[in-house]
Amino acid sequence: MSIQLDSKIPSGPLAQKWEKHKFECKLVNPANKRKYTVLVVGTGLAGASAAASLAELGYNVHAFAFQDSARRAHSIAAQGGINAAKNYQNDGDSVYRLFYDTIKGGDYRAREGNVHRLAEVSVNIIDQCVAQGVPFAREYGGTLANRSFGGAQVSRTFYARGQTGQQLLLGAYSAMSRQVGLGTVKFHGRSEMLDVVLVNGHARGIVTRDLVSGKIETWAGDAVCLATGGYGNVFFLSTNAQGCNVTATWRAHKRGALFGNPCYTQIHPTCIPRSGDHQSKLTLMSESLRNDGRVWVPKRAEDVAKKASDIAEEDRDYYLERIYPSFGNLVPRDIASRAAKRMCDEGRGVGPGGLGVYLDFGAAVKRLGKATVAERYGNLFDMYQRITDENPYEVPMRIYPAVHYAMGGLWVDYNLMSNVPGLHVLGEANFSDHGANRLGASALMQGLADGYFVIPYTIGQYLATSGQKKVTGDEPEFKQAAAETKARIDKLLSIGGKRSPTSFHKELGLLMWENCGMARNREGLLHNLERIPQIREEFWNNLNVLGDGDSYNIALEKAGRVADFLEFAELMCRDALHREESCGGHFREEYQSEAGEAERDDENFTYVAAWNYTGDLAAPELIKEPLIFEEVHPTTRSYK
Amino acid sequence: MSGHGHSSSGGGLNLTLKVWRQKDAASPGGLASYQVSGISTDMSFLEMLDILNEQLLEKGEEPIAFDHDCREGICGMCSLVINGNPHGPDSATTTCQLHMRRFKDGDIITIEPWRAKPFPVIRDLVVDRSAFDRIQARGGFVSVNTGGTPDANAIPIAKREADLSMDAAQCIGCGACVAACKNASAMLFVGAKVSQYLHLPQGQPERYRRVLAMMEQHDAEGFGGCTNFQECEAACPKEISVRVIAEMNRDFLRATLVGTEL
Repeated sequence: MSIQLDSKIPSGPLAQKWEKHKFECKLVNPANKRKYTVLVVGTGLAGASAAASLAELGYNVHAFAFQDSARRAHSIAAQGGINAAKNYQNDGDSVYRLFYDTIKGGDYRAREGNVHRLAEVSVNIIDQCVAQGVPFAREYGGTLANRSFGGAQVSRTFYARGQTGQQLLLGAYSAMSRQVGLGTVKFHGRSEMLDVVLVNGHARGIVTRDLVSGKIETWAGDAVCLATGGYGNVFFLSTNAQGCNVTATWRAHKRGALFGNPCYTQIHPTCIPRSGDHQSKLTLMSESLRNDGRVWVPKRAEDVAKKASDIAEEDRDYYLERIYPSFGNLVPRDIASRAAKRMCDEGRGVGPGGLGVYLDFGAAVKRLGKATVAERYGNLFDMYQRITDENPYEVPMRIYPAVHYAMGGLWVDYNLMSNVPGLHVLGEANFSDHGANRLGASALMQGLADGYFVIPYTIGQYLATSGQKKVTGDEPEFKQAAAETKARIDKLLSIGGKRSPTSFHKELGLLMWENCGMARNREGLLHNLERIPQIREEFWNNLNVLGDGDSYNIALEKAGRVADFLEFAELMCRDALHREESCGGHFREEYQSEAGEAERDDENFTYVAAWNYTGDLAAPELIKEPLIFEEVHPTTRSYK
Repeated sequence: MSGHGHSSSGGGLNLTLKVWRQKDAASPGGLASYQVSGISTDMSFLEMLDILNEQLLEKGEEPIAFDHDCREGICGMCSLVINGNPHGPDSATTTCQLHMRRFKDGDIITIEPWRAKPFPVIRDLVVDRSAFDRIQARGGFVSVNTGGTPDANAIPIAKREADLSMDAAQCIGCGACVAACKNASAMLFVGAKVSQYLHLPQGQPERYRRVLAMMEQHDAEGFGGCTNFQECEAACPKEISVRVIAEMNRDFLRATLVGTEL
């Protein structure tokens, strides 16, 4: 029998759904909370905020991270800011406007109920972070400062220089550290989750590998929260940290959790272009730069080799301002990325390989002075110069789109619970709030919303109603999961082939970027679906991992993650192939307007594609959750 | 910031690397010598090590373990003492942001882990910095639960104070300050956290308790005291000023003499 999906979106008027739901959620008596253990995997914004908030409520929490400390999670790298519908600028913002912008920005592929809740709690997040001592930017009068971000015409983005993610993560980390000190959170660093344990169909535990000792351990609890981030590293080159991986969510998927919309990945428009084959990652330049920087390419292809300063003003094409006059340089990310690609496809790209466009601060330096520009973006300019050896105060930056964020993730209902009872998924790891395209400054918002203000309410509903017996970790399900994990590690170590894990990762990444990246088409996707199983086959026959499983072994860690990417990539391509429309971060070349804009097919594709693992990677089962729009009516997204 | 001698489009560098290898905390370690060639000056230092690791794997030698993650200078995971300097020769630059244009063809580069007793070696260049987490758990927070907080604009904070707080809050917890200090003092790290909160109204209620508790843990972990050589400030990739140590000392003294009540 096929799985029936219930999103559990509360009935009633949109603005009252969350309030009503909070009241209807069952509560766990304060004295009983300490009898429950929650396993939180991943301690970035979503995981650390959840661990802290659940422990404050009285639950016992175990938190796990593959890094040595919760302060290292990749949330820390978010630069530009966090949105909140505070309307401090008196410029017409409201909860409803943030909701509307997010639904529209997501190309009408997100749930109204979830997105409205996100907009509602956005204001609480800012209050919470300020109370924690997060040093947001302020005006001389002492009030909080705001900046603009893509996809919005109001200033609702709060920031801490170019290090907003860092400050918010350190806030969540400090809240969690307080609970570690109080003994209510046990933190397990350098500990990688390798499986979920199901007992009686409920998620009741996890299997981890201690990366230092190599020890395989099982952990039993009453519920599991995965907050393990996104899968952008399937492309090898992305703005993600080196350790970001799909393993936790993929293993959960193979235990029955549905994977939602895996083809939705965000390609961020303002990254430093590639410089060579040696490159291990791509570096993002905050979208906030588009507030003052102007994006352009030469009008004529024959000018691309000239120095930027030798191209006269009238020979420059400020194409975003030209094509999208009302949003200009602040169009959403998917639009800006595709426009850059179009310019480069026309032969007007600049820099090595013609894969770059200019982001020019010449006018801003003239208008504001170098000091003001330095105050706003100094750390980003320094980073750019370190990487490229060019001074952006004097010559325009060169930028090109790069893989940045995963909108897809494990399917969850309104309670952030997957279809596997007890298995909750938070932050970037779930699919829920951004539809087909995420607006800038919304990832931090969602991660913290899930952890601080959603899961503390909704997990009680599960714990109070699940009716499950206590588990100890001695059940056969735990032993079997641990044995399977051990066998898999032994297999990786025993292949004795010639190729390194990284070489397979690079090969896969290139294939994914070529055919499942900024633009996709049927032919390319079919090619990938043929090639990926072949690469996987070679991986399991020709992998070279030295050393043993009982010590700190970086090649073994990497091999396990690459093995999962090699399976996940196939599902991504299958999802991209089946979605015969263009929407947000998913651009199918066959479905575009004369002007090269994405063409959605609302009649046939207004649904969440949730994929069920059937035991055969080549034949996953597609389950559709229809998206119902009661409040806004999907229209062609226009930023002109 | 700009490199010396080499343009970014230059040919490859040939280098000799002397790298600390150590199987685990219990085994003795030593420097091993490796050659790399054709290194592009556009590469980052860690990408150069990636290439060496691929070569080692091919030759049947286990790759060199080093900590790294974001590779954009913010997670604080990367470390390495390069030619005696924590995070290498460039100021205000983490190892992951150091680029090979900073080196010359034929250079001999020595690469070692952070060396401090409270940071035991896990393997090769990877050290255990969990002591920082334990210090943090003693007081590196404002004791406020989720929910029930006042409106974010309810308490105005002077821009100057907010900026001073942010200057301190930039600490990435990498531990270079400890590696640079002859006493293995972590007072720049602790001072940065103390300073972040003491410039904010939210940090006031626990101001004196915080500094005592965090310093107590600092000492218990085996970090040494500050003797004002300011090597930490020079090594800090986020340019945290020793001002934060002075501020912390002032509060520590006040708390010791007068007590922790405000």
